[in-house]
Amino acid sequence: MAANLHIAITPETLFTIGGFEVTNTLFTSYLVTIALTIFLLSVRSKIKPTTRPKGIQNILEAIVGGLYSFFQSITHSTQKTQAFTPVIAGFFIFIMLNNWVELLPGFHTILYTGHAEIKLSQIPSVPWQNAAPALAVTNIDEDEVNSDLLANEEISHSNQDSVETESAEEKHGGVPIFRGANADINMTVALALISVGAIQYYGLKFAGKGYLKKYINFSSPIMFFVGILEFVSELSKILSFAFRLFGNIFAGEVLIAVITFLIPVILPIPFIGLEIFVGFIQALVFAMLSLVFFTMATETHH
Amino acid sequence: MLENLPPVIAISIGGIGPAIAIGMIVKSALEAIGRNPEAGSQIQTAMILGVAFAEAIAIYSLVVALIVKFV
Repeated sequence: MAANLHIAITPETLFTIGGFEVTNTLFTSYLVTIALTIFLLSVRSKIKPTTRPKGIQNILEAIVGGLYSFFQSITHSTQKTQAFTPVIAGFFIFIMLNNWVELLPGFHTILYTGHAEIKLSQIPSVPWQNAAPALAVTNIDEDEVNSDLLANEEISHSNQDSVETESAEEKHGGVPIFRGANADINMTVALALISVGAIQYYGLKFAGKGYLKKYINFSSPIMFFVGILEFVSELSKILSFAFRLFGNIFAGEVLIAVITFLIPVILPIPFIGLEIFVGFIQALVFAMLSLVFFTMATETHH
Repeated sequence: MLENLPPVIAISIGGIGPAIAIGMIVKSALEAIGRNPEAGSQIQTAMILGVAFAEAIAIYSLVVALIVKFV
């Protein structure tokens, strides 16, 4: 059964830019970011100040207004809501889109065989590979165009050979180009670090130096140890944020892969519906927990 | 077949606690909504938060099971 079932817990490298490995999850998250940015900027340019918005402006105003009043019901403070809404709504929309986008057709099925470095080498003007210059220089006197083509073919062949022997992904026939970004532990840890960092930032901003008394407090020995416990609980927040999101989305990915492998027709449909729901709930949980922690950190009295 | 046993044990034991916890959370939330339907949306928000916390434990054991199985 495990012969054709391709499940990778770590993201797979698509290509490298100067030693920086661009993985399929990173690639997908960039695509989501770019698509979201372009869409929102294009809508923003069309927005008109009116009391009766129409079409896409109406939908987006409903979303933003709904999120704002929902956050207001948790923070009970207009000042805090206005400060937190961009961060929290950004978390919510970005995570939800990343969860939903991996359910699109083409994810996990479009495979990418070989390395993009081979394609780069076919551009004649890019002297990117150090292994080839001897060949290129000797042939340059005869006929430039032909030699370039020849040399590049040589390079691509040699590269293909080396890639086929080196990379383990080739055994599976390639790596998926698209993969949901939250199925990558690096992504969720990054989001958790941003969230917990923002908790400290807003705590210091709203409660001032009193916020630090949560961690360092010499008023009594008990409070001192409570401060240490508070510090440990901040660390556990990072772990809990990261693993909750990662576990849910990765488990959904595995679930759909296994179900599709067993019975490819009709049966995966309810599970895809379940994953749409889970993606929404997990984005909501991440945003709401961040908001609750923000609100708790910014309360001045204890 | 025996090499599948560790992840199976991990997820099956790890699922017991969160299952009981989520059942109790939803039970009390439903009772509260039944007693006070006006506070339904607030109770629902708190319930989802609690369920997410309880579910996180199951997800931890799921991650452990997946790592044992696939890594």
